[in-house]
Amino acid sequence: MAQRVAIVGTGQTYHKSSRADVNGVELIQEAVGRALEDAGITRKDIDAVVIGNMDHFEGINYVDMWSIDGNGALNKPIMKVTTGGTTGTTVAIAAFYHVASGLFDIVLAIGWEKNSESDTTAAIITCADPYWERPTFGGAIAGLAAGAVGYMHRYGITERDAALISVRDRKNALKNPYAHLRKEITVEDVLNSPMLAYPIKFLDICPRTDGACAVVFASEEKARRLTERPAWVHQVATRHNYTYFTDVDRSGPMPTLYEACMEVYKKAGIRDPFHEIDVVEMYTPSSFAGLVWIDALGVCKEGEAVRLVNDGVTEMDGELPINPSGGVISTNPIGATGLIRVAEAAMQVSGKAGEHQIPDAKTALATGFGGCHWSDVVLISSKRPD
Amino acid sequence: MKRIGIIGVGQTRYERMKTEDTYADLIFEATVKALDDAGLGIDDIDNVITISNDFWDGRTISSMAITDACGSYGKNVSTVEGDGTFGALYGLMRILSGAFRTTLVVAHCKGSEGSNHFITNAMFNPIYERMIGLDSISSSALQARRYMEKYNITEEQCAMVSVKNHKNAFNNPFAQLAMNITIEDVLKSKMLSDPIKLLDASPISDGACAIILAEEEIAKKGPKRPVWIRGVGHFAEAYNLGDRDLAEPLSLIRAAKKAYTMAGITDPFKEIDVAEIYDAFSYQELLWTEGLGFCERGGGGRLIESGATEMDGELPINPSGGVLSAHPVLVAGLARIAEITIQLRGEAEARQVHRARVGLAHGINGACGQAHCVWILEGE
Amino acid sequence: MDIKDMVYQGRIKVPYKWSVGEYGSRFFGEIKDNKKIFGTRCRNCNKTYIPPRKTCPDCFLPIEDWVEVGPYGTLITFTIVRYSAPLHPLPAPFAVGVILLDGADTGIVHIIGGTDPEKIHSNMRLRPVFREKREGNYLDISYFEPLNP
Repeated sequence: MAQRVAIVGTGQTYHKSSRADVNGVELIQEAVGRALEDAGITRKDIDAVVIGNMDHFEGINYVDMWSIDGNGALNKPIMKVTTGGTTGTTVAIAAFYHVASGLFDIVLAIGWEKNSESDTTAAIITCADPYWERPTFGGAIAGLAAGAVGYMHRYGITERDAALISVRDRKNALKNPYAHLRKEITVEDVLNSPMLAYPIKFLDICPRTDGACAVVFASEEKARRLTERPAWVHQVATRHNYTYFTDVDRSGPMPTLYEACMEVYKKAGIRDPFHEIDVVEMYTPSSFAGLVWIDALGVCKEGEAVRLVNDGVTEMDGELPINPSGGVISTNPIGATGLIRVAEAAMQVSGKAGEHQIPDAKTALATGFGGCHWSDVVLISSKRPD
Repeated sequence: MKRIGIIGVGQTRYERMKTEDTYADLIFEATVKALDDAGLGIDDIDNVITISNDFWDGRTISSMAITDACGSYGKNVSTVEGDGTFGALYGLMRILSGAFRTTLVVAHCKGSEGSNHFITNAMFNPIYERMIGLDSISSSALQARRYMEKYNITEEQCAMVSVKNHKNAFNNPFAQLAMNITIEDVLKSKMLSDPIKLLDASPISDGACAIILAEEEIAKKGPKRPVWIRGVGHFAEAYNLGDRDLAEPLSLIRAAKKAYTMAGITDPFKEIDVAEIYDAFSYQELLWTEGLGFCERGGGGRLIESGATEMDGELPINPSGGVLSAHPVLVAGLARIAEITIQLRGEAEARQVHRARVGLAHGINGACGQAHCVWILEGE
Repeated sequence: MDIKDMVYQGRIKVPYKWSVGEYGSRFFGEIKDNKKIFGTRCRNCNKTYIPPRKTCPDCFLPIEDWVEVGPYGTLITFTIVRYSAPLHPLPAPFAVGVILLDGADTGIVHIIGGTDPEKIHSNMRLRPVFREKREGNYLDISYFEPLNP
């Protein structure tokens, strides 16, 4: 790499169902302001900005241009990336490459969404091919539900097993002041919640949220001057393999997440992810996905995730905590969600996670999900990469 | 900066309405052409950047429609939503980082499938200007008048851009609108939004373009001489039209300065042999020549009158026919890079600029050129 | 079988509810209730912005001061839109322009009306014409008209 890259600051808004008090540009500015403060820099220090969201949720074309008053990029370089649900991690990865290339030293990554401004399902349905899939596509919930039925059939998991993921993440959210949903729930609550599309019930699925997240990426030289505990970005990988929902290979672990993780581990020299990774911030759009996709992280054998979760291994005090922030099931401003995973992972290894800090977290994995079973993976560590 | 070369380019013919092809088909065509041009197979590409826009494609997660067609299965891929020049810059960064050795960058647009009016209106703030019904034409007209009044640029000088570029398009097999028109024809054409007339404006277009970037070692092994990337700059200025002086291309001046500095260029007019710049409207070619430092501020009209930017002039601009001759949005900037590559390789045939060694490619993003990206390329 | 290139027609139907934000709401409130136009001024760089900004885009500091601007302004540039399109507020030909209101450092784009479009020229002095029944949106100003028709 031309230069090593570390995250030196993050900022988030207090995520809510609806932030009617601000327009989108002002929402973005809140997160940016906090990230600059956390990094100890000012707008002057920013060399470039990368921003992302899903256009149709706010109905704005060329968001990078429209948000210039609040995204910090006035009279600076900026570009927009967007890949659906993976947008947040895509933004992080783009900011990483901006710095790694050696062309820029301090790059601001911004992910945001104001889901309250639109009909989320109406917008998401347009992702499906207009001739072949849109006429019958029931939106994200239906898509994930169909997947969940497949998991139940293949792995023999039950609705009760999946509910454990929602319970875990919602409990963790109590310790995250930025999280959207901060009320504890029980397995019975999940099972009794309204059925949306079998087997996904109201408490099995992520909410829609208004929120923004900003992360400051810096070159090694700048990172050393700005912080004593940089969160080094070691490796990133992406697999956006599929175009049609029916193309997805469902014969084994979540294929794109698995491939992206394996690439990251191979390049980073990680041989035993279960032991070498201290915390995972995993993009889990539904409880079922959150359960079954653990296999794809390579931290257990296929089908073993149920046991791991039931044994409490993924709780905050377990051997491999997953989603100490409360995860996507507690907070989901879609364009920001993936970036929040990266921010939270960075906060963990920098010791900045406050009440939901995992003690001694040195290496964290952040994952992103979106589109047609697409995955991004980012590996962050307090140890400087070789 | 490490030596990174452009080793393959592919373009589809740009047409008003390509009903036989979906945009995935167009991507595939451009990609295969670029691979053939580079002497590579899809397995030799180790990462892909696609360029698409949810509004132009009428679908959210627009990149999803083309993952197959660009060969990104099993590869690292990302999507830039903006002009192709910006996407290509991201593709360049990924090689500069050392993580990848080749990047395929591919852009598409089917302007025929949507409504330019609705789609460009959506660029404006829904709370304020959108209600005025602004679109790309009326907003650009505001810039055109401001520029022309501030610097005494005439309608005739703008018309000369259209005459030149549409005539140049005859030499470009990919161009959509090759026309033999006169200044009179332009001035008499239907007024769309003062001062922009029909023949001052670019068309609606369908098409795709792909380029392949490679690091030095691989670039040198290809069947064709690589075209080296010497400098790239990108900048954005204020968003609200009223926040800007529309006659002053601030972000272009800065983007160009950065690219020139990286490339070691101090006298752009003398040192650049050929330029492909983003003339979405005739006045824009004049304004951008000023922002690029090809002439002094306010000198765009005199520059074109001098003949310097004609095919046989000192600095030919838009030998391909430019954006006025084909405007698939998002693709157009990438096509400028592709055209300069073809020029610097000496492969431009009828549109070849004699002994072109250093070239400039340019793209814009946002209303009235709110953001610009400038590329300096050099042939062997 | 006669296979022709099929074309499938459709629309994306996504309705929107954009949050104007506190600052934007006050801007529209003043227009609606008091027929006054306000901008916000950054204490650091002294720039008065309209539409109002909550944070200065340059200094990136919070802005707290509200400043009444106008009502008169100067036309910086304009165009006469001569084609009809669905999103236009008026049938063609109609004029839109960038207006720099007295006291503001940034201009706003609005309709120029109340006069023959062919008589409009840059640097004209204008005044806002408010709608009788105002709703709290941008078109509560119907258009700007010349001070001296």
